Formats: sequence, structure tokens, C-alpha cells
Amino acid sequence: MNIENKLLKQSSLEKLILKLKEEGKQVFAPVKKNDIVDFSEIASLQEMTEDYIVTVQSAKAVAFPKVETLFDFQISKSNVAITEKDTQSLPEVVLLGARPCDAAAFEALNAIFTWDNLNDHFFVQKLKKTTIIGFSCSKADDKCFCTSVNGNPGSTRGSDILLTKIDNGNYLAEIITEKGQDLAAKYADLFEAAPEVDKNKYLADVPVQFELKAILDNISGAFDHPLWVKQSLRCISCGACAYVCPTCACFDIQDINNGSEGHRKRSWDSCGFGLFTIHTSGHNPREVQSQRWRQRVMHKFAYMPERQQVVGCVGCGRCSRSCPADMNLKEHLINLAKEVAK
Amino acid sequence: MDSVKKKAKELLENQSVNLIIGYGEGSDKSVRTIFISTADEVDQLIYDERCVQNLAFYLMKHEVKHMGKLGIIAPLPVMRTILQIASECQIKEENVVVLGVNPKGELVECNGFKDIESYVAACDLDLPAKEKEIIAKLDAMTVQERWTFWTNELSRCIKCYACRAACPMCYCTRCQVECNNPQWITVEATPMGNLEWHFMRAMHLTGRCVNCGECGRACPLNIPVNLLTYKTVMTVKEQFDVVSGTLANMDSVLSSYKIDDKENFIR
Repeated sequence: MNIENKLLKQSSLEKLILKLKEEGKQVFAPVKKNDIVDFSEIASLQEMTEDYIVTVQSAKAVAFPKVETLFDFQISKSNVAITEKDTQSLPEVVLLGARPCDAAAFEALNAIFTWDNLNDHFFVQKLKKTTIIGFSCSKADDKCFCTSVNGNPGSTRGSDILLTKIDNGNYLAEIITEKGQDLAAKYADLFEAAPEVDKNKYLADVPVQFELKAILDNISGAFDHPLWVKQSLRCISCGACAYVCPTCACFDIQDINNGSEGHRKRSWDSCGFGLFTIHTSGHNPREVQSQRWRQRVMHKFAYMPERQQVVGCVGCGRCSRSCPADMNLKEHLINLAKEVAK
Repeated sequence: MDSVKKKAKELLENQSVNLIIGYGEGSDKSVRTIFISTADEVDQLIYDERCVQNLAFYLMKHEVKHMGKLGIIAPLPVMRTILQIASECQIKEENVVVLGVNPKGELVECNGFKDIESYVAACDLDLPAKEKEIIAKLDAMTVQERWTFWTNELSRCIKCYACRAACPMCYCTRCQVECNNPQWITVEATPMGNLEWHFMRAMHLTGRCVNCGECGRACPLNIPVNLLTYKTVMTVKEQFDVVSGTLANMDSVLSSYKIDDKENFIR
């Protein structure tokens, strides 16, 4: 599909949000609260902030929430009655202000949740009902490295519409997918003819930090490399990196019951936790943090490319920003690219 | 810092320790933990007001523990943690060399836990003024207001357990939140599940928290979880006149009893 360029004025974006809300759609956008910026449901554009490089948490919760009910159950003497969750009548969601890295991450997540035809309908249905209106990045920080993992600050990958702020507070709107086209067609009066602009002029500069190919080609042979121990020595084994990561998809399933009634729920989990792999016997194949750190990096740069033909990292740098121990992923990957290529 | 570096060099050169845990420059002007194993690397050690992470955590970390005899750069909170974990029989005096450091970055000679105890005894162990003020405000609230405050704050929790991981006192190999037969604490990160988790954690740290503030700093979502354990620090001081992390051999406030206790219910 060819990308169509339009002009979306600031005032038109305001109107668009109100119209989407009138239609009954939920609009999520970055909101500043408690000194952090995170995605939250908004009623009007005024609630959204543009003062963010990326949000603290990723946008993955719109399709993969931190906790979700899979089904309800009632246990009686002779029977267990199961009430399935209705995934068909979910509300339509518009995700506004997702960065190009966030949007690209949905491709990686989708690849996991649909791998080997195991279509996880909870995820798939939610993503299907989500329209992503991305925002290009006009600024970046030292933790960003999207350009090293096939991305860039103005990448259209994963977004349905991508907005780039140009002059006078107006946006260049790139209509990328059919979903985006439907939305733009529905509100055709808001999307005007695009001026001739050089989009790149408005984008952040994110220098390439390492050669991705060097990692992808060699990482599988680096399983026993001493660098995993060295890199993870200061890691404190929390799950902050995995929970803020836009492509981490591990979950734990538990029954939450009250007497004979209950719900089966899934919650985010992390391969960084010691208990993640512990067996009933007490044996733990990933007993120490260096093995778990290796798993985290290998999963994104060896297993996902191999199984799902997608790199499992979009270079948003959230893990590095949230890490209480300054485990800087960009720095570790630069180091990894050098070491494994030797 | 010169006196600290000199001592660190000496210890590594005469092989009194195999590894020194300290602070070094991190990314974006931050500080990170560094592990020094040769005298040449000693110059990487730094100490300034940015050096707040509680390094005592690493004394309990499997990989670090197995790297031989450990030395550790120890400002006051690290010293207090070492005394507290020693009183809980988690560390032996002969297994760690403590390189005490005062707020000016000068070496505090610690030849054993007794020296740490004397240094700590002379320090102001009060909670930071800013936090005390917030706790006073919370205390002045009605129960309903306080409930609203905490449900609001804790509803953001994603249960990444960074608070637990960063806390050197949270060293259990299996946390109660992970015991699932029966399931004591709700795993899900819902407002109620989060309250259960954080209240349980605060209770388990009562009489043990050394108010280093690491849990609050570790939280990616800026939830002031340290206020919960700080409050227990204040209560334990008021009710028992006990301050944790002051002696290498002290009874646990909540899991010990004395036959001559002034309360009758104990008899």
C-alpha cells in the first residue's frame, strides 16, 4: 500500500479526538502524572503531553494488559462451569502518541502471540481493535538506539497513521494502512492536502551504535561466552526491564478463587526472576542471574529472529531508563557486537 | 576518596580480598555498582552525593558471593545493612572487609563489626526530613483519606518487584508472594493485589528496615513505597525504642520475646 501524505492541523487533531470519543472509542495517549509520562485514557487532546521521549511503560498494555481474565469458573459438586470471556465485543481503541519504536514493537509482539498458528485471541482481538496513530520523534536521548535495530525516529512500521510535527504546531500525517485510511476517510474534512515538506528535517538524530548483523550472525555461538557473567554482575534480578519492555511477552497464569467461584487470570512475568524456570523438583535450569540475563538477550536477538523472523528489540531504551542498577542495554549490545564478532 | 582508594589498593595487592564492591561512573552522569578485582582498577572508584544505591545487596548475590572474599565501600546505609544482616545470621564478620566512607568521602576504618557499631552509634539515624514531613501529613489524614492516598499510589504498581529486588533485607530465596499452595498473596497487579503485596512487604521489614530508601528509588513508576517501611521504622522506635541496623547482634523486634516483657499478654 502506498503511503498517502496529508496535513493535520493541531485544531483538527483536537476535533478528531473529540469525534473518536463521541463514537465510543477509547483514546489512549501519553499523560504526565506523578512526575512520569505514561499512556492513559484521555477525554481531550489537552490531557496529552508531548514532553516525552518515550513513556515509562510501553504501549503493549492496550493488547496485553498487566493482568487480564481469561475465563470465570464456578465449581459445583458434579461440574465445573466455565464462562468464556467475550473478546468480540471489546471497545475500539485509538493509541495516540505511540513512538515509531512502540508501533514496531506490536509487530514483534504479534509475531509471538500468533507464532505457529497459535493465535492468542485475547491479544489478537485487542490488537485488531486498536488503531495506532504514531508520533515521530523530534528528540531522543542517550538510551535510544532504534536505528541500530532496524528502526528510525520517523519509521512508519507498525503505525496506521504517523504524525510528524512540522511548522506552526501542525502535523504531517502519513496514512499507512487500511485502518489508517478508513479513519482518514471517515474524517476527510480534518485531513487536508499535505504541503511539500522534508520530514527528515523534523526528526531526532539517533546515531547507529552497533552492527545488528554482527550480533544476529554470531550470538547463537556465544552461549558460553564469559561476557554474560560480566555484564550481569550488577543486575539485581528485578522485572522492571521486562515489564516496561514493549516486546516482552512472558506471562504467568493463576486461578484467583473465592470458595467455589473464581477467575483464571494471566499476569506479566519475567524471565529475569529466579522462580521463572524453577521445576517442581526444585531444580532450576537458570539458577543464576547471568543465565537469566543471557536468556533475555538471546530471546530477543537469537530465538525470536530464528523462530518468528523478527528482532525482539526495538531500541526504545526503556529497560535502561527503568533499571535500578544501570544495566544499559545499548552499552551491553555495543559490547556484545564487538565480542561475538571476534 | 584518596584514603579509601589507598586502602582498596592495599587490600587487593596483599590479597586480603578478591573483589571490592563500590561505586563507579554509570551512563548519563549516573552512578553504577562496579566490581574491582585488581589494584589497577581502583581509580575507577568514586564517592559523591550520587552514590546512594545500597551496595549491601551484592553481599547476598549468588555470583558475587562466590567470587571469594569481598570488600565493600560502605557509606552509612550500607554499614547499617551489614549490621542488620549480621544480626540475622546472613553474613559472618570474617567474610567481609568493610571500607567505611563518611559523607566527605573519607575512609572510616572498620576492623570488624564493633567499629561499625561505634561509627553508626555516633551518626544521626533519623529519617530524611522530606519523608518525615510526608509521613506526618499522612498521619494527620483520616483513615479514609489515607486509604485513598495509598490505593491511588499503589494502583500504578506493575509488580515488577524492583522494590524487593533492590532491598538488601529482602533476601528470602522464596518470597511469600511466590508461595502458591496456598496462595497467601494475590499475584495479580490489581489495586487490591498491590495493596496486599506492599503491606505484606512492609510488615516483613518491620524492625528490619534500615531506611536506605532503595525500594522507593528502584520503583520505575515513582511509587513512594519506602514511606511504608519508613513508617514502620518510626513505630518500632516509638513502641520498642529499637533502631535496626545498629548492632551486629540484636533480637528481632517482631519474632523474639522476653519473659519480663512489660505487657501481660506475653506471659
